Amino acid sequence: SFSFSPTFTFSKFQILSRIPQPASLPALDISTNSNGPKQDSLMDDDPEDLFAGATEEVSLDSPERDVLLSDGPSPAITPITPPTSVIAPRIGHIEEEEGGDSFDVHISVSDPEKTSLSVFKQRDFSVKRRFSDFLGLHSKLASKYLHIGYIVPPAPEKSIVGMTKVKVGKEDQSSNEFVEKRRSALERYLMRTVKHPILLKDPDVLQFLENSELPRAVNTQALSSAGILRMVNKAADAVNKMTIKMNESDAWFEEKQQHFENLDVQLRKLHASVESLVCHRKELSVNTAQFAKSAAMLGNSEDHTALSRALSQLAEVEEKIDQLHQDQANADFYLFSELLGDYVRLITAVKGVFDHRIKTWQKWQDSQVLLLKKREAEAKLQFTNKPDKLQQAKDEIKELEGKVQQGERDFEQISKIIRKEVGRFEKERVKDFKTIIVKYLESLVQTQQQLIKYWEAFLPEAKAIS
Amino acid sequence: MCPKCHVSARKWQRSVEIFEYRIKPLKSKVTFDFRCKNQNADEILNFLKVLESCFKIQLRSVSVDLNNDASLVIDIPDALCERDMVKFTVHTKTTLSSFQKPDFSVPRQHEDFIWLHDTLVETEEYAGLIIPPAPPKPDFESPREKMHKLGEGEASMTKEEYAKMKQELEAEYLAVFKKTVQVHEVFLQRLSSHPVLSKDRNFQIFLEYDQDLSVRRKNAKEMFGGFFKNMVKSADEVLISGIKEVDDFFEQEKTFLLDYFSKIKDSTAKAEKMTRSHKNIADDYIHISATLNAICAEDSTANKKSLEKLSDLFEKLRKVEGRVASDQELKLTELLRYYMRDIQAAKDLLYRRARALANYENSNKALDKARLKSRDIPQAEEHQQQCLQKFDRLSESAKKELTSFKGRRVMAFKKNLVEMAELEIKHAKVSLTAHPIKHTV
Repeated sequence: SFSFSPTFTFSKFQILSRIPQPASLPALDISTNSNGPKQDSLMDDDPEDLFAGATEEVSLDSPERDVLLSDGPSPAITPITPPTSVIAPRIGHIEEEEGGDSFDVHISVSDPEKTSLSVFKQRDFSVKRRFSDFLGLHSKLASKYLHIGYIVPPAPEKSIVGMTKVKVGKEDQSSNEFVEKRRSALERYLMRTVKHPILLKDPDVLQFLENSELPRAVNTQALSSAGILRMVNKAADAVNKMTIKMNESDAWFEEKQQHFENLDVQLRKLHASVESLVCHRKELSVNTAQFAKSAAMLGNSEDHTALSRALSQLAEVEEKIDQLHQDQANADFYLFSELLGDYVRLITAVKGVFDHRIKTWQKWQDSQVLLLKKREAEAKLQFTNKPDKLQQAKDEIKELEGKVQQGERDFEQISKIIRKEVGRFEKERVKDFKTIIVKYLESLVQTQQQLIKYWEAFLPEAKAIS
Repeated sequence: MCPKCHVSARKWQRSVEIFEYRIKPLKSKVTFDFRCKNQNADEILNFLKVLESCFKIQLRSVSVDLNNDASLVIDIPDALCERDMVKFTVHTKTTLSSFQKPDFSVPRQHEDFIWLHDTLVETEEYAGLIIPPAPPKPDFESPREKMHKLGEGEASMTKEEYAKMKQELEAEYLAVFKKTVQVHEVFLQRLSSHPVLSKDRNFQIFLEYDQDLSVRRKNAKEMFGGFFKNMVKSADEVLISGIKEVDDFFEQEKTFLLDYFSKIKDSTAKAEKMTRSHKNIADDYIHISATLNAICAEDSTANKKSLEKLSDLFEKLRKVEGRVASDQELKLTELLRYYMRDIQAAKDLLYRRARALANYENSNKALDKARLKSRDIPQAEEHQQQCLQKFDRLSESAKKELTSFKGRRVMAFKKNLVEMAELEIKHAKVSLTAHPIKHTV
């Protein structure tokens, strides 16, 4: 089941968020039927100068919907027969280092089947990765898998404000929060990625998990040529979407598309409400703290001894309650709000995959239309006396027939993959939500129980006023 | 049956109409907490003496609630809200012969209360009394603004959501309404239970006069308009300036009240902010619950049940949160707000006394001058005597008032803090029982 830190209990959460600590990791099985490249596992490398040549990167709206250029030659996708037990290695705790740009990824793997070909050399190991490495990984996976129908989990977004604050080295609460937010998001991202049975076998993923050093991902910078190309593609996509009208023959797709559209709207709305809740709860915490101070001063000023004591006690209770509110706001955020945010982005990826299917269909249709035109042209050429042009036409027709067949195959393939992916996605969604909801409810319960304790302790003090 | 005096408990109960009592053994003390309805003070004291002798106890403190004097009972049974104006129905039941009828009602506006308060403040004879603070103007601004915003945002919500938000706002509106009625009622009740102020002629007019008071109000404004305001402005200076204080009691009171006032003003503002945050959270819960409902209506997966439960929970939680907010407001914020105004009234008393002292000192100086010039000595002497008498009377009455004020304040704080803590516990327990997962309450 999904959890973004194995030691994620409510009471310990606050420690994690202020001082990142390595967590102990219960391990899971990993599938062993893939033959990815074996890499030498870790050697701690010197962290490069993280600030060298760093220009601040602008966050893109939905990078997962773009067709991206990848860094180097991506290996061909070999069809892999699904292994019998596909369980991902648990990405344990991701720890931050040096101001939120570099992270330690602790990975723990167990292999109870003990097959001879084991993908990972070691059971517990960790690698250092930069934030841009995660983004690079995602862009590679997106370019390889999105357009054939796999739902590639979206990477966390870049954020200018937070990053510049951290890079300047501000050691305040908000920059700590930012780092923790990023750390947690990266952990969830990586977990989702390795849970995907196809993606786990991808050599880029294995390289990411194992290599001691990764080439710096250059194309994640927005203002690079790749970035500009991305934006152009995005615009083109938007225009295309408006003009393509597909004759949907498959009711399943129509239904699912509608379903995801609705879900998108609802989740965004819910996310906005929960973000508002987080904000208001933080406000409540601040206001409670301020009131506590004010009540303490009032108690000091009070000349009736018993009442003065009671007021000071009230101030103490409110201070404790302030802490409760803070913790609850964290749970609101890290459990509820981030879950919703992740799924809003995931559903955008799902919608992207549906769009790719439509594009594939369009391609197929286009080549069909072209074939028809060429056939008409050929027919016309029959009555003229131009043998070489006729031959050329016949050759083109042959080529186009091949293309049409390929287009049909591609379309069927992507439809098949999407069906499976959607099934897997929905299953994961159900599991995710269930787990998180239970955890969130527990946090609410704990807050109320603590509240009762605090007020019950205060009550006799108030009654003792005479 | 009381073992000592063999009077049955029932007889006691009937005679003083006790409707609530709590007995709590606390080490060597037993606390009797009871409230009596509409009995006169003598009967209560008799009852207490009997208690004392029967159980050989010593009664430490007795706080007497308002409206315990059946000779003059005032309440505001209803009020009407018209646009910006609130019309209160002031209902009086009296056995006093100074009133024309034993039972009557009159409609009054907020401005009439202010007129009554101001005339009392201006009355010389009451200079030595704490005049109960004037009730604040009814303020429906906040719920009205929210209602307006809600109307604008109606399109972006589901029908259900909109209905719930509207319900919350109507409850808020009602709460503001109830609060303002209560605060006006308390003002009148404090007057009616004060031995001196209850006999005031203007108070009687306020209660009885069946015509519009607006003519009187206008006259009063012309007469007193400037003076009162000027006095308030220079009040702090008069207090803090270097008038030599002869009495330790007043010196202490002055220091205490000045300091306490600024602290309680701050606490009131901070408590208000806390309450507002709670209300915001309750509103968020409404939206979350509604959206969860919408999602789970379309959901056909195994999530449907847990989403339903979650949506239900948020719906229950928002009710709890709303009540937490309004209870906190009533017990904490309103308490602080009321006593802030009461302390201002106590400060006003100190100002008046300081003024009287200043007058007395001036009259002394005038007397010395007259003696020097050997002119108008008898007038100066008489004037000085008058000032001294006035000052002494004022000081004596002020001391009494300030002492009973302290007792009143401590009791009110205790009552409200206890009630607030109990309500918080109750609400937290209610929200726990609403939870669908297992836990210990």
